[in-house]
Amino acid sequence: MLKKIKHLWHMLRQLSGDDAYEQYLKHHAEFHQSTVDAPAALTRKEFYKLWQDNKWKGINRCC
Amino acid sequence: MHKNLKIILWIAVALMGAFALAGIALNRGESINALWLITAAVCIYAIAYRFYAAWIAAKVLVLDETRATPAERLDNGRDFIPTNKWIVFGHHFAAIAGPGPLIGPTLAAQFGYLPGTLWILIGAVLGGAVQDMVMLFVSTRRNGRSLGQMARDEIGVIGGTAALIGTFLIMIILIAVLGLVVVNAMKHSPWATSTVAATIPIAMIVGFYMRNVRPGRVLEASAIGVVLLLLSVFAGGWIDHHETLRTWFDHDGLPLAYAIIVYGFAAAVLPVWLLLAPRDYLSTFMKLGTILLLTVAIVILRPEIHMPAVTQFIDGSGPIFGGKLFPFVFITIACGAISGFHALIASGTTPKLLMNERDIRMIGYGGMLLESFVAIMAMIAATVLEPGVFFAINSPAGVVGKEAVDAIAKINSWGFAVTVEQMQQLASDMGESTLFARTGGAPSLAVGMASIFGSAFGKSMLALWYHFAIMFEAIFILTTLDAGTRVGRFMLQDMLGNFNKKLGETSYMPSVIFTSSIVVAGWGYFLYIGVIDPNGGVNILWPLFGIANQMLAAIALCVGTGILVKSGKLKYAWVTGLPLAWLIAVTTTAAYQKIFSTDVRIGFFAAADDMATKLASGVLSAEKAAVAPQLIFNQHLDAYLTLFFVVVLWVVIIDMLRLCARYLAGRPVPKLSEVPHEPSRLVENWVRD
Repeated sequence: MLKKIKHLWHMLRQLSGDDAYEQYLKHHAEFHQSTVDAPAALTRKEFYKLWQDNKWKGINRCC
Repeated sequence: MHKNLKIILWIAVALMGAFALAGIALNRGESINALWLITAAVCIYAIAYRFYAAWIAAKVLVLDETRATPAERLDNGRDFIPTNKWIVFGHHFAAIAGPGPLIGPTLAAQFGYLPGTLWILIGAVLGGAVQDMVMLFVSTRRNGRSLGQMARDEIGVIGGTAALIGTFLIMIILIAVLGLVVVNAMKHSPWATSTVAATIPIAMIVGFYMRNVRPGRVLEASAIGVVLLLLSVFAGGWIDHHETLRTWFDHDGLPLAYAIIVYGFAAAVLPVWLLLAPRDYLSTFMKLGTILLLTVAIVILRPEIHMPAVTQFIDGSGPIFGGKLFPFVFITIACGAISGFHALIASGTTPKLLMNERDIRMIGYGGMLLESFVAIMAMIAATVLEPGVFFAINSPAGVVGKEAVDAIAKINSWGFAVTVEQMQQLASDMGESTLFARTGGAPSLAVGMASIFGSAFGKSMLALWYHFAIMFEAIFILTTLDAGTRVGRFMLQDMLGNFNKKLGETSYMPSVIFTSSIVVAGWGYFLYIGVIDPNGGVNILWPLFGIANQMLAAIALCVGTGILVKSGKLKYAWVTGLPLAWLIAVTTTAAYQKIFSTDVRIGFFAAADDMATKLASGVLSAEKAAVAPQLIFNQHLDAYLTLFFVVVLWVVIIDMLRLCARYLAGRPVPKLSEVPHEPSRLVENWVRD
């Protein structure tokens, strides 16, 4: 039961973008950390601004 | 044994669906229970999804689960991210389900519940869901390219340009008509106006919280926002009862329209974190929550539908909008059956998240089925009202008369019982001064929802439920308005960037202000005309929007059909070709009638001539004569706009047919722009684990 609730909570966070920064850090660690001149990861605030601006560049709401 | 059981189960679903559908279609009694509609819908969706969609996935598109998707190949942790299919489904559904499937069915209910319901079901299963799924597929195979880009690559420059211009114009008309719906819901209603106004500072508080107080904590901030929104509904009631405060929010249509225009401009220019993004979170939560609540309430309550199956207005004399059943029911209900706008979502945003091609069926086809179900809910909410009440709320003053007594007499003469006292009682129950001529669909939907919620969860709070429903509709209408204006601005900057590099820069302030002004002026004009039109404006704008939206769907289906033929799948081309042929018939007939009909309630030119004659002979009242020249100009403009839409549509069709003919004759055509196959590592890993 507790596991299910946890899973639902996880889904909700992912759906709303609440965990977007954590996902980004994971991606950053996986893909960019290995190179020598890897750029430092963005801060939470920087990432969030970029992520949101990016989201609203295209058509993502309909009639 | 297991297999036999499955076969029996599906036969049972098919029989139940057929039985429910027959029950709806053949019912000639006094009323019918809403559960019949829901049963028929669910059974039809289940069968279509299990068999038709599965067949399309396996045989027509040949989805390949071993093939790497763009999200996997181009994973950048930002827009290309392989995502769990339920999450993508959620994003996709939140993006496609706007106010359209709520408003269209409400307006189309003037023909009775049957025509609209049948079109919502059949249109979605054979048309809309197929379009969404095919678009999602072809875009996924092309790194998430947009409809316009694909039209250019696959058909040619003409098709691509037509799709681009079409999209831009639809956006303008869509925003205008949605703005009009909100204005009509707020007109002389201090409660509704103050609640809707409160959503702006609430969104800003949420935005500030997410940006500065606790960056990126979306759920926390949204929870605060939702609580504030609910409080604002209560506060609106308090303001409505306050003698001085209520006058601040008690306005005519025109000042409200100006306020929305200013608001739209601000939203397009201000940074997204401040207004647009937080408002969108709130509207998504409200939307999903309220739709869920409505479904639960309808299932608990099982309300009776009071609207007849078919009304006399199928002959074209309907008060809400003029025009016969064919083609106008198919124009009025766009979203919910088939919507070209979805093709823009299915190409572009969603394919960049897909983890595996096999999810395309659930997200593309399944997402549209769910939207269609929302449209069925809206149809139920509109038709549970007594027909007399429904027509009293939705008929514009220009048709039934300005005075309550005249309106009631007119509606009674159509054979629908309703009294002035009944309407007054209803208005006071809902906390409004009047509910006459509240065109646009939102108020009657809110009354329908309030009565359903009221019966299911307690009758004492009708006024609260009504204003909750208005707030819920307004908040995501305004989100579409914000987002649409902004996207329109980007599209315009993109186009102008071809002529002047500086104008194409999205952060160059003079260009931002210039392009935003053009977009806002575009829809602001139609909104203004809609407000001063004594016939309510919705009767003109909604069909125009429907024609434009179906035209975009036809362009998307043209692209899909062209790609199927070029992929050597001519024998399956009917899958997209059939809905395409239907849409061509519908939009061309509707456009022809809107331009050439001699009926003043249908034909734009006929209406303009009629008004010009009346103006010249001096029979118009001073009030009407003052706005007549603008209305005449607008009717002409609408006629040419319709003509433009239909010409664009036929250009794309002919271009597509020429392409198919060349391909079949073995002559050179633009090559398929599909990205070559690359094996998916995600699947391998998954199998190995």
